Amino acid sequence: MRAMDLIEGEEELIHTAVGAVLQSCGTGRESLIPVLQGVQDRLGYLPRLAMQRIAGDMQLPEVEVFGVGTFYNQFRLNPPGKHRVEVCLGTACHMMGGHIILESFERRLSIHEGETTPDREYSLERVACVGCCALAPVVVVDEKVEAKVSPIRVDGILLTFEIEKKEQETEQQREAEQQREEGREA
Amino acid sequence: MSGTEAVEQAYRLLQSEAKQKVEAGQEKPVILLGTATCGRAAGALAVLAAFQEEIDKHHLNVVLTETGCMGHCYAEPLAVILKPGYPPLVYGSLDEGKARRLVNDYLVSDDPCYEFAMAALEPNDVFPTFADYPRGIYEHKIILADCGLIDPGEIGHYLARDGYSGLAKVLTTEPDLVIAEIKESKLRGRGGAGFPTGVKWETCKNVPGIPKYAICNADEGDPGAFMDRALLESNPHQVLEGLTIAAYAVGAEQAYIYVRAEYPLAIKRLRTALEQSQGRGLLGRDILGSGFNLEIKLFQGSGAFVCGEETALIASIQGRAGLPNHRPPFPATSGLHGRPTLINNVKTLSYVPHIIRNGASWFRSIGTPNSPGTAVFALAGKVVSTGLAEVPMGTTLRNLVYDVGNGIKNERKFKAVQIGGPSGGCLPESSLDLPIDFDSLQQAGAMMGSGGMVVLDEDDCMVEIARFFVDFTQKESCGKCTFCRLGTKQMLDILAEITRGQGKDEDIDLLQELAEDIKLGSLCGLGKTAPNPVLTTIRYFRPEYEAHIREGRCPALMCKDLISYRIIPEMCSKLCNVCIGSCPVEAIYTRPDMLKGIDPDKCVKCNSCVSACPPQYKAVVKLSPPVVEEVVAEAVEGGGSEVEQGSGADH
Repeated sequence: MRAMDLIEGEEELIHTAVGAVLQSCGTGRESLIPVLQGVQDRLGYLPRLAMQRIAGDMQLPEVEVFGVGTFYNQFRLNPPGKHRVEVCLGTACHMMGGHIILESFERRLSIHEGETTPDREYSLERVACVGCCALAPVVVVDEKVEAKVSPIRVDGILLTFEIEKKEQETEQQREAEQQREEGREA
Repeated sequence: MSGTEAVEQAYRLLQSEAKQKVEAGQEKPVILLGTATCGRAAGALAVLAAFQEEIDKHHLNVVLTETGCMGHCYAEPLAVILKPGYPPLVYGSLDEGKARRLVNDYLVSDDPCYEFAMAALEPNDVFPTFADYPRGIYEHKIILADCGLIDPGEIGHYLARDGYSGLAKVLTTEPDLVIAEIKESKLRGRGGAGFPTGVKWETCKNVPGIPKYAICNADEGDPGAFMDRALLESNPHQVLEGLTIAAYAVGAEQAYIYVRAEYPLAIKRLRTALEQSQGRGLLGRDILGSGFNLEIKLFQGSGAFVCGEETALIASIQGRAGLPNHRPPFPATSGLHGRPTLINNVKTLSYVPHIIRNGASWFRSIGTPNSPGTAVFALAGKVVSTGLAEVPMGTTLRNLVYDVGNGIKNERKFKAVQIGGPSGGCLPESSLDLPIDFDSLQQAGAMMGSGGMVVLDEDDCMVEIARFFVDFTQKESCGKCTFCRLGTKQMLDILAEITRGQGKDEDIDLLQELAEDIKLGSLCGLGKTAPNPVLTTIRYFRPEYEAHIREGRCPALMCKDLISYRIIPEMCSKLCNVCIGSCPVEAIYTRPDMLKGIDPDKCVKCNSCVSACPPQYKAVVKLSPPVVEEVVAEAVEGGGSEVEQGSGADH
């Protein structure tokens, strides 16, 4: 799995988040999992820096925090993309072709499961059963459940986002131009 | 007034208050809409909005309530409409349009829209009930009975249906007598292994010293099982009552519910339930004036299958990686913080209030002598009516698949049923008449496990399903025991080679040998049962393994490396381009003779073309072992020189 670099201003964000979570959960050994959950809730993932800071404040060896952080599937070491794609690979979904859907996303996004695209636009994960076995194969995109997905639908989902993004960009460009023109007129 | 009377009076007061409120609500029409996770996936929230909008538009005095899951997943979103003067009717497969029509035609006018109705809940003269269908005949609902019919966010609904009466009864009884009743009922742990619950309680009770802990295990990690989620989302108070009774019986004043973080809705509904029962004095200090105190905390598990194992779960609550420990000492004598700890599964605890209310002999009258009560199964896979089903122990697989599940989808042939998830096994057609209970399944090489049941048909490859489960256990192995950590990896590699057609003759024996070693050399249930899917598929479907190894052929046409796709010229319409449009990688092209061809180098074997080809042609077929076809030059619009090049290769 590729480790990703921090973006500008993220370091400060991490420190505030970790500080706040530690204050509400406490620094006892028993709080380690709730602390990690709290930090991930705020930041969307567990950056290396956050784990180091937690280890320091809770007076635990770094390896201990990292060990717990990597043991559980819930914790993500890479930032989530703007759009989160979770492919269900429960038994029913697998038999109905869930792995084919995962491959389609991997092919289209050129990343593997557990990774995020370099522009942080999409992240791809697998989940073990979301309990919608009757609608297999299932993909959860931005917390919305897509039922009976086919490779064509995969392209459709991604295309929708591309179009949305393009529309937003043109909108922004238009606004920027408008502002520029207004500035010129003034 | 004695303590006994005080508790009874406090409970009666709560219940009559709740009953009055519920009865007052029954004078107007009520819509109960299932919005558990499965309902939401099928679009229940949009239906909810449509109902609300339409009700507002007509200024109707109607109660719209969000409930849990009735178990009929195949028909989600699902609603029950109670209108005075009409039988309570269940409507399935709703969408926004149907929701609007139901409000307009049924609630505003008086047409109950029988064409959308599935069944009535009570016997009546106009519409059949669930009991009139095969599913209703075989189902016997105890813990699922109220699911989907009560508001999980409203404690009054549970109280009005005699909820917490078991707790009130227990609080005035000696703990020893409570344990005796549970022992008498022969209730066995529904987490998978089927250990007698009463014995567990007794052990924990008899260890001297305080504090003691009680834990509800809601870490349902089996891919393909969702009954615990449904119970927590649909009837959380039933679990809370069971946990409180268990804590009272063993003498614990602190309890935990260890629930998967992947179940956000279950967590939300549990939180509400905890607040409400605390508000009514059913939890916290001096419960119902009995002097018994109990605090229940929610602990969110972080997604590790192995944490369903008791000792790993305890390690996780203590903030460590979930590695199982040696047993003995069992958690009942030395568990959380080295103190006596009782751990029971969600379903086990859900039965407890019913046993206390109705007595041990009632419970024993259901099911088989050694496994009394009912079993809850999550039916999924190639079966028509997927969903949750609660049937008495001892029901045969045939009844479950063909009567409760309504048979196999698309008129395909039944092949096997995978029962018990990664710890269970695949049972073939010859086992269909097996009455299911804890012991019979173990003899057949499978396991009750959590109750996940995936039905497989002739298009499912048994080697691939074994590989899928070993892949799961291998990823979820905590790594503590060498045989589980490395053994499952070796098994996975061998199975993957077989599915790629690179297996060797001796592989089957090697798999069996490895399986025995992993069973012997692992500490916890995960490792001990990990080989079950492989062993049962070899036992019942050995010819499939041999076809992969010796002929490079996948009889179910599923293993990607052993199949190829072909468009049969005689069947292809030539004028239809659906397959070309359906291919996500542009592997299908039009040949000079207007037939379609598939470029094997580009094809990713995603099966899109097979599903896309119109049923009147059915021209795309899968072949195993794979046949490599030559690529014929692509036709250029308007013909041209390439046509001549290509035509030779066609024949």
